[in-house]
Amino acid sequence: MSMSRRFFLKSSSALAALSFIPNSVKAFYQDVKEKFFVKKQMIPIQLEINKKQYSLTVDSRATLLDVLREELNLTGSKKGCDHGQCGACTVHINGEQALSCLTLAAMAQGKAITTIEGLADGDNLHPMQEAFIENDGFQCGYCTSGQIMSAVACVNEGHTGSVEEIKEYMSGNLCRCGAYNGITEAIQQVAK
Amino acid sequence: MKPFEYTKPKTVREALSSATRHSHYIAGGTNLVDLMKKEIDEPDKLLDITNTLPDQIEVKDNGVVIGAMVRNTAIAVNKIILESWPLLSKAILKGASPQIRNMASAGGNLLQRTRCPYFYDLTLPCNKRKNGSGCGALKGNNRMGAIIGYSDACVAVHPSDMCVALAALDAKVNIQKADGSEETMNFLDFHRLPGTNPEKDNNLPENALITSIFVPKNNFSKHFEYLKLRDRESYAFALVSVAAALDMDGNQISEARLASGGVAHKPWRWTKAEDFLKGKQATAENFAEAARIAAEDTAPLSTNAFKVPLLKGAIETALHTCLTNKA
Repeated sequence: MSMSRRFFLKSSSALAALSFIPNSVKAFYQDVKEKFFVKKQMIPIQLEINKKQYSLTVDSRATLLDVLREELNLTGSKKGCDHGQCGACTVHINGEQALSCLTLAAMAQGKAITTIEGLADGDNLHPMQEAFIENDGFQCGYCTSGQIMSAVACVNEGHTGSVEEIKEYMSGNLCRCGAYNGITEAIQQVAK
Repeated sequence: MKPFEYTKPKTVREALSSATRHSHYIAGGTNLVDLMKKEIDEPDKLLDITNTLPDQIEVKDNGVVIGAMVRNTAIAVNKIILESWPLLSKAILKGASPQIRNMASAGGNLLQRTRCPYFYDLTLPCNKRKNGSGCGALKGNNRMGAIIGYSDACVAVHPSDMCVALAALDAKVNIQKADGSEETMNFLDFHRLPGTNPEKDNNLPENALITSIFVPKNNFSKHFEYLKLRDRESYAFALVSVAAALDMDGNQISEARLASGGVAHKPWRWTKAEDFLKGKQATAENFAEAARIAAEDTAPLSTNAFKVPLLKGAIETALHTCLTNKA
């Protein structure tokens, strides 16, 4: 983009004029701004994740998913759509599957949160993790942590009576590679 | 997302007195957090009411009271609900995904916003989002839109499945208003038609809270069906859904309930068809006539005429299933 001499002179003189606004006026402007616009709020919170306690200060807008990934380096939970449509961010809250992208971190306090990182017992994978490997329950792997969290809940809650029932209870997790058959087989194997 | 102040009131009274014109209550958050991310809704203050509202299902002599904070899954798997109001359970399980049902509250289910694509796209006109900007769906993409009860200002539909069952089951909504006074609203009066004010989804007074939902005792637990037709088998909003319930005396219908989702700005009751069925024999001819009577009042939009035969078929099928769907 070319800048004309006239435009340059005009805009730089406007900037110069701005710097002459006395500080009192600027302060007044700040006061008005604070009165009418809500500032971001930082809140101290305590979270229990994978049986560990974390104390941290987060923006009131932070979702549990963002805190897991950005603050705590628990990047197993994935951000797919960030709108509750794909299930890649699925975690367990008090033992039930939930979407961490639609959960405000401040509202997850006082609850037992389990992420994919909390499933294995040391170096021993969870049976569902083993089953996903054995049954080719993934290709690219992006949806896998969410799939596994939902699969564990699906088995725990006893929704494995038929392939149709498994599919219904896994419908909140999308897989664009289409590894659905392997996922269903992995769940059937663990349910046995 | 616009910054907001987060607080967690301890009592209903504290929540009511903390509410302002620019605040929102938050419970499950499955719809609200999404709307805030998209900057369709921009509250200054969020009042977390998860600890203030009742989260129990209480059986009374004349029905059941479901606390506003009871999660959708908890209602659907509740033994008493499955026994006496199985239609409600079935409708809930047809909605959303297991994750969302685990998170969403009973009260919040009633307050879901529409899924009309124009409402979600800030670059397009939508009277529900900004009254006066026009309705893009009226002559645009209205495939998912209403076929009854709409206006030129708005053709959006209410997305809930649970609400369709509650409409069929003559539920009531208990609310507490900003001044602390309590009121009971008929479920059918809770949601509203768009008229010229589509920005208002319901008749809940400003800053009032839903405290519980009452479902009266009935004789519909033996013959019921919730049939949901959609673009994919699961985790999709209804093109058309039908909640049907019959109270049978031999082969004679003593009472009938028919309601639909995906057809209007509110869960729609087909009262004329219900009146027709009352006292009639449960025959294929009468079911077909009931479906015809319901569809008679519909007027599809430019791209959703398919919904009318879909509705007729869904009503007939649901009524037939009522006879075999013995709980």
